[in-house]
Amino acid sequence: MTNTLKALFSTALLSVGLALAATQPARAVLEIDITQGVVEPLPIAITDFIANDAIGQEIAAVVAADLQRSGLFKPIEKGAFIEKITNPDVAPRFPDWTVINAQALVTGRVSHEADGRLRAEFRLWDTFAGQQLVGEQFFANKANWRRVAHIIADAIYERLTGEKGYFDTRIVYVEESGPKDKRVKRLAIMDQDGANNRPLSDGRAIVMTPRFSPNRQEITYMSYEGGQPQVYLLQIETGQRELVGNFPGMTFAPRFSPDGQKVVMSLLRQDGNSNIYAMDLRSRTTTRLTSSNAIDTSPSYSPDGTRVVFTSDRGGRPHIYVMGADGSNPQRISFGDGTYSTPVWSPRGDLIAFTKQSGGQFQIGVMRTDGSGERILSSGFLQEGPTWAPNGRVIMFFREGAGQGGPKLYSIDLTGRNEQAIPTPQYASDPAWSPLLD
Amino acid sequence: MRRIAAITRNPAAVALVAMLAVAGCASKQTPNNPADLGLGAGAATPGSAQDFTVNVGDRIFFDTDSSVIRADAQTTLARQAQWLAQYPTYAITVEGHADERGTREYNLALGARRAAAARDFLVARGVQANRIRTISYGKERPVAVCDNISCWSQNRRAVTVLSGGS
Repeated sequence: MTNTLKALFSTALLSVGLALAATQPARAVLEIDITQGVVEPLPIAITDFIANDAIGQEIAAVVAADLQRSGLFKPIEKGAFIEKITNPDVAPRFPDWTVINAQALVTGRVSHEADGRLRAEFRLWDTFAGQQLVGEQFFANKANWRRVAHIIADAIYERLTGEKGYFDTRIVYVEESGPKDKRVKRLAIMDQDGANNRPLSDGRAIVMTPRFSPNRQEITYMSYEGGQPQVYLLQIETGQRELVGNFPGMTFAPRFSPDGQKVVMSLLRQDGNSNIYAMDLRSRTTTRLTSSNAIDTSPSYSPDGTRVVFTSDRGGRPHIYVMGADGSNPQRISFGDGTYSTPVWSPRGDLIAFTKQSGGQFQIGVMRTDGSGERILSSGFLQEGPTWAPNGRVIMFFREGAGQGGPKLYSIDLTGRNEQAIPTPQYASDPAWSPLLD
Repeated sequence: MRRIAAITRNPAAVALVAMLAVAGCASKQTPNNPADLGLGAGAATPGSAQDFTVNVGDRIFFDTDSSVIRADAQTTLARQAQWLAQYPTYAITVEGHADERGTREYNLALGARRAAAARDFLVARGVQANRIRTISYGKERPVAVCDNISCWSQNRRAVTVLSGGS
């Protein structure tokens, strides 16, 4: 499916407003610095794309929702617009937009090609500089119109923040239903904004901890389907499943290596302790990375594949350790009060997200890879399981209240100020964020 | 007469009933409590699954983040070993469980360690290792659902489930 989509999305820069683009901007080019702790959302006007049907409005709405949820943009109410865009090929009347304090403006058009494909064009304007910043067009299967909108939102985000976007991504997670003591759990997949939700397993066996491969085409997860809980691979589009390895005991906590060639996971020993193994998916050879008489679990590779962060209670209580990808030189990096688990290495390589239990609360936080600079982003009765957006700026996790009821998904950015609920049809846990498609 | 004596000697069952009364939380009826089964104390046929659950006690409990077999649990496991010696056709699965106050993967490992600890105790008391299978459910299968310590303590457990049999 990815290859088909790739072929469908041809992009070309639009070169309209050449005279404008050639002019020196009246001031520094519009930019959001998201490395600062506090960011005032940028007021942006996103006009309905010109179209013969509702799709122009729908695409604009998805773009606006993506940008708004990022916390970095504040889409302006459409009722405040003065100029009505009728031809996106000509420059807008910038004073009409600056007067309503729209610092950026998005215009576009959607049309239907003779072959049935959708053609979407958009332009991003710096209103105060009177300048076009981006102009691109995309062709896509009509069914993929939401992906087109997410790709446009990513282009806007990237141009204005200097960081890659994360809107054209998906989430695989565990959908939960039924009472807590008889929970039914299904693997499910959806777009990062909750759209296009569909189940990937039937709920007969308990499943947990799905994680994407780097190519987004398969996931690794743990299932009780064979009686013994074990790690499996699942091809998302074909539904083909495969046991990972042939181990005598429980295997769990799987995660792919950054090159997709290995799965690292925990294997239960006969004595009840758990060690970490890496399995090469081609050669089927396994390498033992830890051998402590303790619980070693939740391994996660650094993005360059040279190190692994994991949870261990070898020091008495669960804490976070970093070792070489061959198991060498394990070093404890968490030293705060309470316990630490579920470490996940940021795709940028700079931070490790974790769950901390302290003072009867569960906290989602980040620390540098040497354990310094710990920051708590979110605190609650029960929350865990952080997963990174591919640009390393946003974390998704699940949170649950006391008693009956169930978990739901939330995202929070690295400032800790922008928390968003992720809509799911049922209760949801164990989210895993996909990489961006190249 | 012997069976009645066994019940009164089962402190775990008595403690559990008391705990439920105090906690008053939504809880699945636990088979440890004879009243829950709707059976008279003497109704379980010797050597039956009910006999094991009611008169021996099918589960033990653990302290927070611990897989140490407590003194009360040792008593229960010793009774289990004795019963299994008396009825040698049964095989068993020891299920290890954790409460919800931990993260999912760590709790899977913790449940596994509890199941292994219970298994090792039974083996030390003469139960053949090849009769015992273990499995961890982590925090996936709580028996008690609420938000206080008494409920969590019921969920930190190892349950001995009979299979096969006469």
